[in-house]
Amino acid sequence: MSTFIAITVSALALGAVYFLVASGLSLIYGLMDVLNFAHGVFLTLGAYAGWAVASRLVAPANPVMAFALSACAAVGCGAAMAAVTELLLIRPLYGRPVSQMLVTIGLDLAMVGLLFGIFGSNSRSIPVPPWLTSVTRIGPERIPNGDFLALGSGAVVLAALAWFLRSTRYGIIIRAGAENRQMVSALGINVGSAFTVVFTIGGAAAGLAGLLNSVVFNGALIDPSQGDQLLIFAFIVVVIGGLGSLAGSAIAAVLVALVQVYVSFYAGSGAGLAQLGNGSVVLFLAVVLLLRPRGLLGRTA
Amino acid sequence: MTRVARQPQPASAEPRATARLTDRLAAAITRPRPPGAPVPRNRTRWTLPALALVIAVVLPLASLQIPWILPGPVDVLNSAGTLTVLGLCFVFAGLALGFDLLFGFTGLLSLGQVLYFATGVYVLDIALADWHWALLPAVGFTIAVGFILAVVLGAVSLKARGIAFAMVTLAFAQAGYYLIEDNPHSLTGGDTGLVMSTSRLPALLAGVVSTRNLYWLALAFLVAAYALVWLATESATGHVWLAIRESERRTEVLGITPFGFKLASFVISSLIAVAGGMVYLLLIGTAAPGSVASTTVTISVLVMVVLGGVGTRWGAVAGALIYVYLQQYLLKVAAEPSFGGLPGFLRVPLSQPNFLLGAIFVLLVLFAPGGIAGLASRVRLRRAAD
Repeated sequence: MSTFIAITVSALALGAVYFLVASGLSLIYGLMDVLNFAHGVFLTLGAYAGWAVASRLVAPANPVMAFALSACAAVGCGAAMAAVTELLLIRPLYGRPVSQMLVTIGLDLAMVGLLFGIFGSNSRSIPVPPWLTSVTRIGPERIPNGDFLALGSGAVVLAALAWFLRSTRYGIIIRAGAENRQMVSALGINVGSAFTVVFTIGGAAAGLAGLLNSVVFNGALIDPSQGDQLLIFAFIVVVIGGLGSLAGSAIAAVLVALVQVYVSFYAGSGAGLAQLGNGSVVLFLAVVLLLRPRGLLGRTA
Repeated sequence: MTRVARQPQPASAEPRATARLTDRLAAAITRPRPPGAPVPRNRTRWTLPALALVIAVVLPLASLQIPWILPGPVDVLNSAGTLTVLGLCFVFAGLALGFDLLFGFTGLLSLGQVLYFATGVYVLDIALADWHWALLPAVGFTIAVGFILAVVLGAVSLKARGIAFAMVTLAFAQAGYYLIEDNPHSLTGGDTGLVMSTSRLPALLAGVVSTRNLYWLALAFLVAAYALVWLATESATGHVWLAIRESERRTEVLGITPFGFKLASFVISSLIAVAGGMVYLLLIGTAAPGSVASTTVTISVLVMVVLGGVGTRWGAVAGALIYVYLQQYLLKVAAEPSFGGLPGFLRVPLSQPNFLLGAIFVLLVLFAPGGIAGLASRVRLRRAAD
């Protein structure tokens, strides 16, 4: 029983990381019809930015503060990369969603190649505060503190995004643009700047997700292809949740993580099939699509 | 309230780039021909490919030394290394053709074509190395497995449309990759891969001169794939595919159910990939998940097709030949000792073929959306208009 609660918390934490990646993908697709393959690069660059900051601060006086700084660097780096991508590569191709997607595929190929050139295929290790690597006892349970960090970050970002979309001017433009882009432009509103905002927000969340993913789930190690591995699960989450739906992404992120973790813990490790959990996620996707081709909360065409 | 369907448009169907070209074409057609001038005949349409094919067929017999140009470890034209690289070019050219049938001619962007390539490689490998079957039954079994897989997974994936279809196919391919990595019953060799067994192969494909024969086999695969794609796209079915690409809804209104046609395109494309996988295994002799089953392979094939020009048969072939050749050649250049003397900011990016290919791809999508075929037709139209 106690392992059940521990792995459930761990699954929810994984779901929180999936949500951080999928929310940006889903918002970008909802507003612009662009499937952003470069999201994997935003993830990886965020993790490397966090590593660069954390490893420069040798023996910091306040390790928690140092980690907060590296998280800020990850968010900033992801956001900056996303904004530059939107302005330089996506903007010249407005109205051509397939070309936009192809450009992000090329960017992903080039950037992962460049990162392999710079860092090689050896993993880098991010220095983390000691609190993160220990566990908290709640009654008989031993929960890794990293899980709480991921869960907390996911919840904060979900709340912040919901508030942003509901209550700010840009949020309203983004929601209206996802409904009917031509109408929003016809009302004299600059949808182009909303595109940049959506990309920047998605990149910021992805940068944070990249850092959290390596700190919480990969033993604080990063390598250049890590973002692309996470991206595939984020794609599955976005399709199951329904393209363009933030709430759908949140629900699907949790469901996918639960399926993945439960199957790999209860069925996979017994049968010696380490990847069974990953495979079951694909099966879950196929079932959802057969029952609801537009995903859980997807728009109807 | 009706909503505009969010269907992806193939890159070639984008009107902006072609608007000026149609003006030029109209000018070229309407210009009166001087009296007595011979009617121009499009003879180059057949002579150039035929010439290329003849050169490709006799190439293994020519022992020429061409320094610098060839990517193999030895600069001799018919050395085993060079022939293997060229055979690899042909295999990927066939794959690119199959991918273009689906993406360029039917408008379906599948990101899971590597699954069928990996099926060809791994099922044949397992039948030969694990079960010690003879070549012919192993090939037949591989094709049967690939066919059933393509029909079942194609029917499920085609429930989704547009971008969702791309992601579902991507997910299925990823599941195949996990299965291979997991090494069930020690069949696939997991991460380390599975070396092919040559014990039951005919001497023609396993002997000392086998590289030359395997080169011809790869060439034959490419020619067969080209003929199949050519026949299929020029047939009545091919016209329905084009109609589906342009507007699926309009095709439905005309009384045609797109599902069966889309599935047919999917299955043909997948079977070409299965055949390509089998040729790959015979040529390279080993199956490793990273190089035959990972999504990187699908992405490279997509890059090849866009590089050559979406929806053009020869463009896909040209794109694949250039891509594979460049990749091998850049690796060779990066291994040169003189290359190590370059400053870091030049050496690091230039030593990564994927960086250069990705950068070239981005520039092509931004500035030459029609790929090589688009550039060629632009030049041809300009010449016709002058």
